[in-house]
Amino acid sequence: MNSRDQILAAVKANQPELTLLPQLDSFFQGQETALIEKFTQVLTGIGGKVTVVADTTEIISLLKANYSLDQIRVISPLSTMQEIAINAIDNRHPHELQNVELAILPAHFAVAENGACWLSEAMLLDRVLPFITQHLILIVNKIDILPTMHHAYEKIGNEHYGYGTFIAGPSKTADIEQSLVLGAHGARSLWVFLI
Amino acid sequence: MKILDHAERADIFNEDEKRVDWHDETLWWIRQKRDKSAHQIPEWENLRNAASAIKSNTLSNLHDYLLEFEKNALKNGIIIHWAVDAKEHNEIVHRLLKEKGINKMVKSKSMLTEECHLNEYLEQNGIEVIDSDLGERIVQLAKEPPSHIVLPCIHKKKEEIGELFHEHLGTPKGNADPQTLTEAARVHLRDTFLTRRAALTGVNFAVAETGEIVICTNEGNADMGAHLADIHIACMGIEKIIPKREHLSVFLRLLARSATGQPITTYSSHFAKPRDGKELHIILVDNGRTRQLGREEFRNSLKCIRCGACMNTCPVYRRSGGHSYHNAISGPIGAILAPNLDMKQYADLPFASTLCGSCSNVCPVKIDIHDQLYKWRQVLVKEGYATTAKEIAMKTMATTLSSPTLYKIAGKAARTTLKYAPLIINNKFNAWYLQREMPKVPKSSFGEWYKINRKNNE
Amino acid sequence: MKVALFIPCYVDQFYPQVAIATLELLENLGIDVTYPSSQTCCGQPMANSGFEHLTGGCNSLFVKNFSGFDYIVAPSGSCVLHIREHLHDENEPELAKHIAATTYELTSFLTDILKVDVLKSSFPHKVGMHQSCHGQRGLKLSQMTELNAPDFSKPGQLLNLVKDIELVELDRKDECCGFGGTFCVAEETVSVKMGKDRVKDHAKHHVEYITGVDLSCLMHMEGILNRQQSPIKIIHIAEILNGVKA
Ligand code: SF4
Repeated sequence: MNSRDQILAAVKANQPELTLLPQLDSFFQGQETALIEKFTQVLTGIGGKVTVVADTTEIISLLKANYSLDQIRVISPLSTMQEIAINAIDNRHPHELQNVELAILPAHFAVAENGACWLSEAMLLDRVLPFITQHLILIVNKIDILPTMHHAYEKIGNEHYGYGTFIAGPSKTADIEQSLVLGAHGARSLWVFLI
Repeated sequence: MKILDHAERADIFNEDEKRVDWHDETLWWIRQKRDKSAHQIPEWENLRNAASAIKSNTLSNLHDYLLEFEKNALKNGIIIHWAVDAKEHNEIVHRLLKEKGINKMVKSKSMLTEECHLNEYLEQNGIEVIDSDLGERIVQLAKEPPSHIVLPCIHKKKEEIGELFHEHLGTPKGNADPQTLTEAARVHLRDTFLTRRAALTGVNFAVAETGEIVICTNEGNADMGAHLADIHIACMGIEKIIPKREHLSVFLRLLARSATGQPITTYSSHFAKPRDGKELHIILVDNGRTRQLGREEFRNSLKCIRCGACMNTCPVYRRSGGHSYHNAISGPIGAILAPNLDMKQYADLPFASTLCGSCSNVCPVKIDIHDQLYKWRQVLVKEGYATTAKEIAMKTMATTLSSPTLYKIAGKAARTTLKYAPLIINNKFNAWYLQREMPKVPKSSFGEWYKINRKNNE
Repeated sequence: MKVALFIPCYVDQFYPQVAIATLELLENLGIDVTYPSSQTCCGQPMANSGFEHLTGGCNSLFVKNFSGFDYIVAPSGSCVLHIREHLHDENEPELAKHIAATTYELTSFLTDILKVDVLKSSFPHKVGMHQSCHGQRGLKLSQMTELNAPDFSKPGQLLNLVKDIELVELDRKDECCGFGGTFCVAEETVSVKMGKDRVKDHAKHHVEYITGVDLSCLMHMEGILNRQQSPIKIIHIAEILNGVKA
């Protein structure tokens, strides 16, 4: 018997009698209040920054005010960001993204309870982009803030992505004596714009 | 060479009491953050119930879920391997690397590879492994195993880390600033990520319904490694399966809050397909898990999602340090997992607890950890792993306590000589007295007093 | 109501005053209390060391001693927990089950069965309450800090009926003291360190007394306090509730 069959046979022989899965319905109840405030409070608490803007023009001017955009490499798949970012990259060579300073990416939605934003492969340009960039900008529609992770997975449903990720704040570590340091291996900062 | 047991290792850890205090306070602080976070979620206890029930269902239907997972993962272009034990797991990893002519690999946190001693194995076979989780990198440089599953170098002071980094990464001597040290590691490991063609990661959850795996980190190291490599090898115990994608909501709400008090880890990445032109391999490992599945009393230990909360709350762990458990997984959960791997070698661990029960209360999947510790004690004694002296002491005690007359004589002797307390084992008779006074001796026992003062009841 | 008094072995031998306080407290509440004189021990020290299979003799003796009562009451959370969870008797399975279910730790017997809401005692001292794990987490005598659930405390509720007592709030409300049965000697170093840390928390809040429902924990902390020549004393909750002349 090969290892696969051996393991499966042992599992079958040793697993207990079937028990039922729990209902998750109750977790959807009573959660929908002040989502923008909640999201902002939580994400700020974990080191992210949140700004509510009227439109993409406002985002561009805020970014211009905060970064020397003409001196750094800025990448974004969004056509609205064309003025300040390039959207063409060579997917065969993700390593070449190592000098990206700013990545501006759209998130499908955000989650109020934990400050997370959901991104999936189709909108990333490259899987490594949100990690390898020094600073990450995410853009989410205000109306796409969901209360909890239950709502989040309800929304994701059975979408067929190759890769997707929740990002909640900048990369961080507290491995040295529990002192929080932002910018471990991924982006050093995260700025979320709510439109 | 004699393997030191938990108590002996704890003795060594306690030689520096200030350090024990620091270790205890640090972990207690994390426990408090966990409490604060958990107490902000009114439905917290229901979430724990749901998580536990999902895991019960998983274990009860694991065979079919594994098949479902395999089918869906294959459909997605993932390559699946099965390993019955640590040895086979290590060999698979080695073979995959060899086939690609790779001799350097970057690895993010995986307790399973610690359990399998993969690093040692690969190094013996001429493959360099660099751990990319900052804490793991630190213990790797120090040539030590991790002392905690979530906080691998929680036992290390920043000055010691500064020294290590000075030696290995060339940071200025005497600099122990976490910010500076982390930055140095970032630069050093970025270079590693960019130059490794193979990345190995652990797996937090594997979804049967979709064939995807989810990996959670705060640093982003798993993603950095996996996305930049030609081949991504993800290693998981077979118990990491969950039935449906929607169940991730329950586990992701619980995991980070239980671990560190964060609302969620910075990154919760879902890998469903390899990236274009690259390979994604998943190794499904048994290594004793099917045996544990068959042990009714200990089966629930397979529900563990490796959050580390039981360690942070454990008053013994906080004061004995992770290395005192001499096992890849330390703390209360380690103490119920390890004897399944080797009863003889880990017979001491279930006794390294006061059975206070705090672990079971923080556990997000409601494993009855302290009850299992109690049950392991019974099994280990029956299987003959209790030391002889202890055994004799216990038998004497059993005879005495089941005979009222013997008990009265023994008690009297105790009160006059103080050489017997029902709580004290023979061979370490004086251990009570080393740092504690004995209770003061009353003139008579309650039994004797009662006889005189409540005559009519006799 | 017929109540049997179950006095754990070490209480019988080393702390008779606590057994007396328990007896008097119940008698003063009008209960008909008997102390079956051939009792020894619940078997917990053995069972917790992995020798539950040797406790058969203890169990049968326990069943023999404690049948025929409405309730069995003990001033110890730990021993009661052991009886509740592990008492069995092959010859008398039903009886053993009944006895296990009607065995109560003193404070919960007072709050849940007798529903005591007045006490005559007074204790004008600063007191720290030690939450013994077996009583708290095992018998659920009070809420546990790990859980997200409403606060309550059966011993606390009773102490609040005592006049002039000042209860302090500890930094770590329900951390284990490190006694742990045979753990206290098998893991002497960690056990003592845990005890020292617990005692320190009480000392930091300037208590005069440490009280609790379990003498085993208190005995352990007393050993440490006395070695440190600390002025802090231990006192079992039965003594405070009964109105000890401190
Ligand atoms: S046993 Fe429970 S608390 Fe401990 S690491 Fe596993 S999931 Fe977390």
